Amino acid sequence: MSLSKLFEQKQKNICSIFLTAGYPNLEDTVRLVLELETAGVDLIELGIPFSDPLADGPTIQMSSQQALKNGMNIKLLFEQVELIREKSDIPIVLMGYVNPVLKFGMDEFLSRCKQLSIQGIIIPDIPLEEYTLNFQAAFEQYEIPFIFLITPNTKVERIRKIEALSNSFIYLVSTSATTGAAKGFNKEQLAGFEAVRELKIKAPLLVGFGIHDSQTFNTVCNYFNGAIIGSAFIRHLSNGGEVKHFVEGIKQPAIAS
Amino acid sequence: MNYTVDDKGYYGDFGGAFIPELLQPPVQELSEAFALIQKDEGFSERYKALLKDYVGRPSPLYFAKSLSAKYEAKIFLKREDLNHTGAHKINNTIGQILLAQQMNKKEIIAETGAGQHGVATATVCALMGIPCKVFMGEKDIARQAPNVARMKMLGAEVIPASSGSKTLKDATNEAIRYWINNPYSYYIIGSVVGPHPYPEMVAYFQSIISEEIKIQLKEKTGLESPDVIIACVGGGSNAAGAFYHFLDQDVELIIAEAEGHGLQSGKSAATTVLGSTGILHGSKTLLMQTNDGQVIEPHSISAGLDYPGIGPQISHLVQTNKATSVTIKDDEALKAGFMLTQTEGIIPALESAHAIAVLEKMSFKAKTVVINLSGRGDKDLQTYMQHL
Repeated sequence: MSLSKLFEQKQKNICSIFLTAGYPNLEDTVRLVLELETAGVDLIELGIPFSDPLADGPTIQMSSQQALKNGMNIKLLFEQVELIREKSDIPIVLMGYVNPVLKFGMDEFLSRCKQLSIQGIIIPDIPLEEYTLNFQAAFEQYEIPFIFLITPNTKVERIRKIEALSNSFIYLVSTSATTGAAKGFNKEQLAGFEAVRELKIKAPLLVGFGIHDSQTFNTVCNYFNGAIIGSAFIRHLSNGGEVKHFVEGIKQPAIAS
Repeated sequence: MNYTVDDKGYYGDFGGAFIPELLQPPVQELSEAFALIQKDEGFSERYKALLKDYVGRPSPLYFAKSLSAKYEAKIFLKREDLNHTGAHKINNTIGQILLAQQMNKKEIIAETGAGQHGVATATVCALMGIPCKVFMGEKDIARQAPNVARMKMLGAEVIPASSGSKTLKDATNEAIRYWINNPYSYYIIGSVVGPHPYPEMVAYFQSIISEEIKIQLKEKTGLESPDVIIACVGGGSNAAGAFYHFLDQDVELIIAEAEGHGLQSGKSAATTVLGSTGILHGSKTLLMQTNDGQVIEPHSISAGLDYPGIGPQISHLVQTNKATSVTIKDDEALKAGFMLTQTEGIIPALESAHAIAVLEKMSFKAKTVVINLSGRGDKDLQTYMQHL
C-alpha cells in the first residue's frame, strides 16, 4: 500500500515501528516486519545500520553495532525487502545515515527503492540545505519522497520551507534529544506540540523520539497523525519479547489519569 | 584555484554541514556569531592580548642549526610546543572561548584525542570560569594519563567514550550526542573538522601560526615565504594554521599522515591514501571506510592522529595537488622523536614527530623548510620510554 493511501484511510493513531535491519539476527528482518504487520502496525521504518550513528542513543547504537557484526549491509537489506514484498505490501520507509547510502550510490539506492515500492527515505544527517544543494534532483527523478525532520525548536520560516518541499509525512522530533533518551513528556514539550499543531502543516505529522508506551503514544496521537516507536521496540526485542505483545501494549487505549 | 570556503560551506567538493535537524539552531547561531566577530576589532584585540600575555605568543621560529646540517637544508621549527599547555591547540580554544562568552554560553563541551585539545579547553574554561565537559576515548584515557590528570586538576569533567574504537572518532560522536541533547551548550571542536563553520573557524583561529611565520621568516631571512612547510595531520588544525597565509603562494605544502603499522596492515590512519569521499561528523571529506560505507577504526601510535578522516579543506588541498601527503609509520615517528631530541634538545609530541620524520623521506637540499612543531612530547614520555 502506498503511504498516501494510508494517510487517506487513516488520519489518526498511525502506528509506525522502527527496527534496525539485521537485528537481533541477520535473517530476522523479514519475519519481524511480517509479524509487525500482522500485529496491526501501519508503517515500517527499516534502519540501515551505521558504524557512527550520532543522532542515536545507546539502544539503537547497540542494535546497529550488532547488525553490522551480523553482516548487514544495504545490498542485503534490499534482498530482504524483496522477500517481504513477496508476502506483504505494508508501507516501508528506510532510515539511515548518509555515508553508507552515498557509498552504495545514491542513484542505484533510489532506483532499488523505486523497484521495491519503498515509500520514503529518512536520512537524519541530510538537513534541508544539503538536500536542496546535493540530493533533491535525484529524489525527484526517482519519485521517492525525502522525509524531513523538524523539531519544536525549528523556526517557523524553516518549517514552511520544509513543508513546501515535502511530498510525504514530516517526522516531528518530540524532544531535543538523541533517540531513546526521553522519559515522558513534560509541559514544555506539550507546549511545543501545541505550537506545531497550530501551524496547521499540510503534510501528515508523525512524532518520533520518546514514544515508548501506550501513554506516550496516545499523548502524541492527540496532537498529530501518529507516532514512531524505535528504541522501546529494540529494547523489547533485546529482552526476547514477542512482537505481538509489544504492539498490543502500545495500542491499548490510554488509561485515564 | 580557490582554497577558501565558499558561501555554502564547501572547499571544492568537500565540507558542508551534514547535521541532524536538532543541531541546526545552534550551528546557525554559531555561524552568525562567527561572522560578527570577524569584523569586530574589539574581539580581535581581546584575542591577540590573550595570545600574547597568556599563551606566550609569538611562538619562536627557531633556526635548527644541527638539524639543518644533518639534512642539508635551512630548517626552521615553528615552536608551537612552547605555547601554554604545550601545543597549538590553545590558539583555537582561546578564540572559541571568547566567542562562547560573547554568545553568553554557560557550558562548554569538547572532544579530545591526545588530550591536548582537552587540556587547552579545560584551561580556557578555568580561565573564564565556565564549566567544562571533555569527551575522551577510553583507549586514549589509558595512554594519555598525564593530560587526563591535568584536565581534572583544571576542573573539567572527563567523560570516557566507550563505543567503537574508543578513540578520537568515538569521543567526537559522544560530544555531538551530548550537544544534540543539550543544544544550549557550546561545543569547542578541536580540529578543522565538523560541520561548517567549524573547519573555517578553527583554521581562522589557528592562522596566527602562519601570520607569525611570515613576519619571523622575513626578519630572519628576508624571504617572503619558505620553499616548504611541513605539518602533521590528524584532523588538520595545525596544518591549516601553518598553511593559511601561504595558500596563494608558491610554497610546497606537505602533510605528514600517520601510517601506523603500514598501509596494508589494517592498522593505519593514512586517510588521503586509504580513504575515499564520505561524510562523518558533519562534513563531506576524505574518510577511511569499508565498501559498505562503514567507518574504519584507525590506528596510530599518536592519539592525536588516530582519526579516520581529515578536515575538508585539507582534503581539498590534497585533491587539487596543492598539498602533498607523506605517510609516516609508527616506528619512523618514534625514531624522528628521538632524533630531534638528541639533535636539538627538543622532545616533540608524537604527532609532531611525524612531521619531523618527513626529513628522512624526502630531500630538501638547500631549501628553506618550516616544520610546524605542533606540540611537546611530555605527554608521550611513557610511549617513548617503551621504545628507548
